[in-house]
Amino acid sequence: MPLPSLRALAFATPVAVAAGFALVFFYAPLDADQGFVQKIFYLHVPLAICALVGFVVAGVHAIRHLRSGDPVHDLRSYVSIHASIIFGLAVLVTGAIWARASWGQWWVWGEPTLVSFLIVFLLYCTYYPLRYAIEDRERQARYASVFAVTAGAFVPLNFIAVRMSESLVHPRVLATAEGGMPPRMWLTFLVCLAGVALLWTTLVRFEIAAKLTSAKLSRLRRAIEGTDAPAPSSRIAPSAQPRPAGAPESV
Amino acid sequence: MPREQHVPEGAPVSAFRTVLAKDLRVELRTFESVPAMALFSVTAFVLFRFGLDRDQLEGGLAAGVLLVTVLFAAILAINRLFVAEREQGGFDAIRLAPVDGTALFAAKVVALVIYLSALELVAVPAFAILFMDAWSGLPALAPVLVLANLGLAVTGALVASIAVNSRARDLLGPLILLPLLVPVMIGAAGAAEPLLAAGGPSFDDLGRWMALLALYDVIFLLVGYAVYDFLLED
Repeated sequence: MPLPSLRALAFATPVAVAAGFALVFFYAPLDADQGFVQKIFYLHVPLAICALVGFVVAGVHAIRHLRSGDPVHDLRSYVSIHASIIFGLAVLVTGAIWARASWGQWWVWGEPTLVSFLIVFLLYCTYYPLRYAIEDRERQARYASVFAVTAGAFVPLNFIAVRMSESLVHPRVLATAEGGMPPRMWLTFLVCLAGVALLWTTLVRFEIAAKLTSAKLSRLRRAIEGTDAPAPSSRIAPSAQPRPAGAPESV
Repeated sequence: MPREQHVPEGAPVSAFRTVLAKDLRVELRTFESVPAMALFSVTAFVLFRFGLDRDQLEGGLAAGVLLVTVLFAAILAINRLFVAEREQGGFDAIRLAPVDGTALFAAKVVALVIYLSALELVAVPAFAILFMDAWSGLPALAPVLVLANLGLAVTGALVASIAVNSRARDLLGPLILLPLLVPVMIGAAGAAEPLLAAGGPSFDDLGRWMALLALYDVIFLLVGYAVYDFLLED
């Protein structure tokens, strides 16, 4: 499928992010209730959306990995989760800042979106110890994919469950948008969302490219040195090397 | 990459029956898991009595103490059913036989449900005797616990099968399992809270919470059915 090149993404991302920030500070109106602090919404919400979508994308790649056995899909799933966990940490931090400014507390347990995000974040944090703890590469990839599929199914379910259990304190910005959010805020929000989504995509593509290149490099190096010894590469990172020709599929 | 399977008709059912019968027979002969779970639960109740410094519990607090205790007892059972089996070579033997992954998954889930139900037959009356005056809400707790047991068993079997083949198996299992079980806890506690309320049970919202638990069970049964085969290939 024709994806934009990494170079094009690397140009588009700073432009979109810079445009988003320019709109946030110079174009979007001040919120009548919350004042200036409401502007963190233009960073917090797109980060949260991208992190959650990233977890689901990782699950889709994991399904493709399980169906095809191609390690490239495992690599994509791993890198998607990696980027989404970093974004998730940023969501928790920006969310805490916003909560402190508008509700006076760093953490509000009565707030379903916050709590369910924390649960999802904690769950995905166990992805790394899981990979660390399995030595065999092929099995590591397979189990990590099973985890990613299970956790991907868990994400929406968890949001339903937590929302049922709590009242609604969190501003339902998007839900009330019809009546509430003026068009200038909408435009700013959409540009910011596009910028953060591009940032996520660029980071993921960059890490995949870096991993594939270093795998290729170590393959070439071994070919020059003429040794058949296995590559002393990272223990958890998924191997990006294709299965050697003629190697048996798992029994 | 599903395995090539040359399994005769009806084999999954008989494999399911054999594995389940084996687990139950081991339990009946050794009495290793369920009595330990029951003892653990009663001890945990005593700890809660002093930790919370309350000798009567009702409503949300009662539901929380009871269900968290059952959840931790379930982790004990899961460790016995999977980690012990792995260490004694049970899974290697099962892999040698042409056993369908789904049959093994189903057998382990049913065994866990039976263990948990047996545990609750002891733990719930013990809880009522120790902490509660009004027992009229307890019968209505049964369907809630059935759905919660199924959720604990399905997710537990799935996660334990992942964790059991890793190095840190008894550590990693609970670590992955606990966040996954949060919706079960929310649903079961939400349903149990009005049933255990001080002024007698009320049935507000019971259907809504039961629907949440049922949805959870169905989704993770489907996920387990879809991915379990991949956990057995080696």
